Amino acid sequence: MAKELWKGNEAIAEAAIRAGCRFFFGYPITPQNEIPEYMSLRLPQVGGCFLQAESEVAAINMVYGAAGAGARVMTSSSSPGISLKQEGISYIAGAELPCVIVNIVRGGPGLGGIQPAQSDYFQATKGGGHGDYHLVVLAPDSIQEAVNLVQEAFDIADQYRNPVMILGDGMIGQMMEPVEFGEIKKRELPEKTWATTGLRGRKEHNVINSLFIDPAVCEKHNQKIFTKYAEIEKNEVKVEEYNLEGAEIVFAAYGTVARIVKNAIKALEKDGIKAGLIRPITLWPFPKANFFKAADMPGVKAFLTVEMSMGQMVEDVELSVKGKKPVYFYGRTGGMVPTPREIVEEAKKILGGAR
Amino acid sequence: MKKDKRIRIITGHYGSGKTEFAVNYTFKLAEQGCKTAIVDLDIVNPYFRSRQIEPEFEKKGIRVIASSVRGLAGDVPALSPEIYTVLEDKSYQTVIDVGGDKVGARALGRYHDKIEQDDYDMFFVLNANRPLTSDKENAIRYLKSIEQASRQKVTALVNNTHLCGETKIEDILKGQELCLQVSEELGLPIRYTVVHKSLINYLPDNIYGEIFPIDIYMKKPWEM
Repeated sequence: MAKELWKGNEAIAEAAIRAGCRFFFGYPITPQNEIPEYMSLRLPQVGGCFLQAESEVAAINMVYGAAGAGARVMTSSSSPGISLKQEGISYIAGAELPCVIVNIVRGGPGLGGIQPAQSDYFQATKGGGHGDYHLVVLAPDSIQEAVNLVQEAFDIADQYRNPVMILGDGMIGQMMEPVEFGEIKKRELPEKTWATTGLRGRKEHNVINSLFIDPAVCEKHNQKIFTKYAEIEKNEVKVEEYNLEGAEIVFAAYGTVARIVKNAIKALEKDGIKAGLIRPITLWPFPKANFFKAADMPGVKAFLTVEMSMGQMVEDVELSVKGKKPVYFYGRTGGMVPTPREIVEEAKKILGGAR
Repeated sequence: MKKDKRIRIITGHYGSGKTEFAVNYTFKLAEQGCKTAIVDLDIVNPYFRSRQIEPEFEKKGIRVIASSVRGLAGDVPALSPEIYTVLEDKSYQTVIDVGGDKVGARALGRYHDKIEQDDYDMFFVLNANRPLTSDKENAIRYLKSIEQASRQKVTALVNNTHLCGETKIEDILKGQELCLQVSEELGLPIRYTVVHKSLINYLPDNIYGEIFPIDIYMKKPWEM
């Protein structure tokens, strides 16, 4: 198929439909509005259901319902709206239901602004809602990768019966890029025997629930879902390593910031400094092993994490490097985007000290 | 360009490249010595709006009119009263960059009675690589819905078929084919064919309308 020009938000919506998503419940917020807008146009054409809920809280609970009935379902929002959805997300994770949640992140905290940010990293990867649970968090750096990851997200969600989050900074939602919708590599998925679709001759009712009154049962449930998380950590890590060989400094960056860092790496190269990049594509599970290994590379003097936040992923980088090399941080926030020049200067400053 | 009417209204599907065309058009007008103003009427799109390069415009003496609320990052749909100045003051050559689709075009509707019939051109920018306007029926549907919302008639088509940095001559010709079909159906001329400066020498002879070479101003952070 030939390439077409897509806006990130539209492409994410179309990718979901091609992955079999037939239900979308949401509430408008900038900069992700083209997702519900596109869904409202396209879902009726494919026999699906689009519904603009009265609030984000209602929307996420509609997702809970549709997921419980075994449907492929998605919701999307931007930072403040995702905060409102957290209770429902925790319930969905607790009830072990598959769904896809898109967060096109804007500056915060509070209402913040509408320009791109990555300050929801903690919320996405460390819970966000209450209780012990994890979302699988996928962070594309281009529209093409967003399209591929959205399609895979539905399979990951179904395979593990767990919500999956697409975490894109505002730029991912708003920019235009050439995209090719290729064949989706489909996974072999278990049948949804747990879905509440009627008894159909069975004796036992299927029950969708996250309430466990008996503490021993609740603990057992926690242990069960954490066995599942261990599987996910083993199987689902996605990461890009770029230019690591001979690197003196290793950058850590995800999403569109990684593309800016790549330009900084090229600029450093011209000044005779070898730099590399580890770009986590899954933010949870985090590619710990890649950082741990890079920390042992003899030429590597330091790590520099670059984010559009005050420093969030940097903590996972530190945990992965385990103190073997110093880990530094450079960030812009509130909708400001770091420039290659700023990143180059920061790297030189660090290497000046580390040499 | 000087043959175009005094007020140039740039419309199209979002992502068609309206803003890039509007911005290039404005700079060219100013280069030709015109007293030029650009109105950023885009209250739909939060990113990649012409107002974000306001300093570059001002360096060239171009008057920029955007939101009455200062600060370029807002998504407050507030229009500036200054817009009336450049619609009424005939010493200005005015470019209006309208938001995408009929939703964006609605903002233009309120100026319906301030724009004289023989004083404006309204360009419909078409990109055949945009999936929702890649065939004749859909392109015409978008064009009509924009006319209805803006209460103005499109006067000409602009072929702006591209794929960002991956544009090939075949893309431009594919867009021309689509523009010809729309042109035939609606009786509208193809006024410009937009092409990035780097491709200009590769264009064949059979290009409709004036060839309009552009630079890219609406850059992504890693393209700077």
